[in-house]
Amino acid sequence: MFFEQLRLALQAIMRNRLRSLLTVLGIVIGVGAVIAMVTIGNGTTARVTADLARLGSNVLFVSPGQFGPGRASADAKPFTLRDVDAMRSQLASVKAVAPLSQKSQTIVYGAQSRTVSISGTDNAYFVAQAWALQQGRFYYDSEVRGGLPVCIIGQTVRKELFGSSDPISRRIRIGSIACETIGVLEAKGQSSFGSDQDDTVVMPIRTFQRRIAGNVDVGRIQVSANDGADTGLVQADIERLLRERRRISIGEEDDFSVRDMKQVAQAQTGTTSMLTGLLGAVAAVSLLVGGIGIMNIMLVSVTERTREIGIRLAIGALEHQVLTQFLVEAVVLSLFGGALGIAVGLALAAAATSALEVPLLIDLKIVILAFAFSAIVGIVFGYFPARRAARLNPIEALRHE
Amino acid sequence: MADPGPGPALIELRGVSKIYGAGAAEVRALANVDLRIEAGEFVAIMGPSGSGKSTVMNIIGALDTPTSGTFLFEGVDMTALSRNQLALVRRSFLGFVFQGFNLLARTPAIENVELPLVYRGMVAAERRAIASKALARVGLAGREQHTSSELSGGQQQRVAIARAIVTDPAVLLADEPTGNLDTATSREIMDLVTSLNVDQGITVVMVTHENDIAAYARRIVRFVDGRIESDVANTRAA
Repeated sequence: MFFEQLRLALQAIMRNRLRSLLTVLGIVIGVGAVIAMVTIGNGTTARVTADLARLGSNVLFVSPGQFGPGRASADAKPFTLRDVDAMRSQLASVKAVAPLSQKSQTIVYGAQSRTVSISGTDNAYFVAQAWALQQGRFYYDSEVRGGLPVCIIGQTVRKELFGSSDPISRRIRIGSIACETIGVLEAKGQSSFGSDQDDTVVMPIRTFQRRIAGNVDVGRIQVSANDGADTGLVQADIERLLRERRRISIGEEDDFSVRDMKQVAQAQTGTTSMLTGLLGAVAAVSLLVGGIGIMNIMLVSVTERTREIGIRLAIGALEHQVLTQFLVEAVVLSLFGGALGIAVGLALAAAATSALEVPLLIDLKIVILAFAFSAIVGIVFGYFPARRAARLNPIEALRHE
Repeated sequence: MADPGPGPALIELRGVSKIYGAGAAEVRALANVDLRIEAGEFVAIMGPSGSGKSTVMNIIGALDTPTSGTFLFEGVDMTALSRNQLALVRRSFLGFVFQGFNLLARTPAIENVELPLVYRGMVAAERRAIASKALARVGLAGREQHTSSELSGGQQQRVAIARAIVTDPAVLLADEPTGNLDTATSREIMDLVTSLNVDQGITVVMVTHENDIAAYARRIVRFVDGRIESDVANTRAA
């Protein structure tokens, strides 16, 4: 009997294809949005976590000034290379200490020009970033000490400026200098903050200070602790050393900050999952609206088919059989919408994750949940119209034109 | 008029009244009607519109319940039954044919005929066979897959009759069965109904306002203002 009800429902749906499709559109959008949002959110979270693992959970960023509300960092005293040297010689359990100054600048090669992020640092940067060369070499000590115009470029810069030709030993014009390309970095992809990490040119810090920035500042210092080292201890060491060097008396606040990359990433993950939840909630509201759409159409359908219901009641359909028929119809409709929504949502998520370069992680739980939810929407919003159909007076229903 | 035989009649109305509305808007559709119909009869119910003939049909058809009085079906009181129990009576004992055919749109003839069996929970193969037989009985063998729009009015009414008799009902209730048909087709349908009555012993109760259609019946009951005006045997009937 249930199979028969299903057949009757499918018949009714197939006889009104366009109306059925429009009916389930709300469900399709609702389920699709939930699936897409959650899948993209999960991918982004996984991406941040993976970045964190790649970066190593033992990376610390040291910046002048304090971050946070009501704290100005602009007037804090910048670091110098002497600070970097002091950290290198005095910090224990540290793998690499890298100065890092950055500026956005237009670079030119031949007829190609491009605005990229210029970084001034030294070889320790590549150690801290665990960033390998695809081609060429790192800096010689003499180049770093002498501030020579030699550059290591990212994949995006190589692609955009040199195309398929060999970039090694070519000179890129950066502001007033002609910088010789000595190496090409491996592709790193997007950062967890969405910027292209390969769209960069890296040069020795002294070259950057003299020729790009025109000062002797170091923007920030990246410290990579040894594997297994307690980053908390390293952080305390850095703070003690810098307070001493910057002559901060006891009781005064630090005029610099040391951030554990793990904390930064966790904050990022937290933000992402909160956004995912929020968008999921908005999507759930649209599911509800979709359910009301189903109820509306089912009510119209009951009115439109009053006569048909009258016939069914007259030839022996029991009240519960008519109720079941309309209920099954509503559930089949909303399940159909749910299935369509899952397909649309996954397609959207696949497109978005590949555009954002985050992994496509399909959460089967959410898929099942969305499907089950659309079934519930069908039952809840189908029940009222179905009951109305079942309670029709057969005489009046038959007289209905 | 058939003699009241021994034992309960197939259909018996005792002092049945039906009142629609209340107060000033009260309409007395039936007033204290007594009517006995024995198994195997062919009864035509006639009367002008508003005479109560449709109301009596609805009560006999277990579609409606009387305001007062008693409706006995095979001696069983139907008056106090619930909606669901009335539906069970309809599906077990009654077959309906309507003026407007009332077939399901865009549905093949065979599926229309199968529908009452679907609601009785019969398996597909069995009900297909029974429905085919019913279509053959009304002369529509070979038209199983035709939908309403592909059938003439007379053929549609035949499908409706097949649907009514597919469950082997005790009573066939026909409400203006030829109201939408031309004279020649009406005659074919009435011949079919008559043969169902004569050859297969199905009791037929038919509402009509046309004399030549009522002439097929063996008993004619006329209603005026909710009362039975006359109840006579029709000796001209075949």
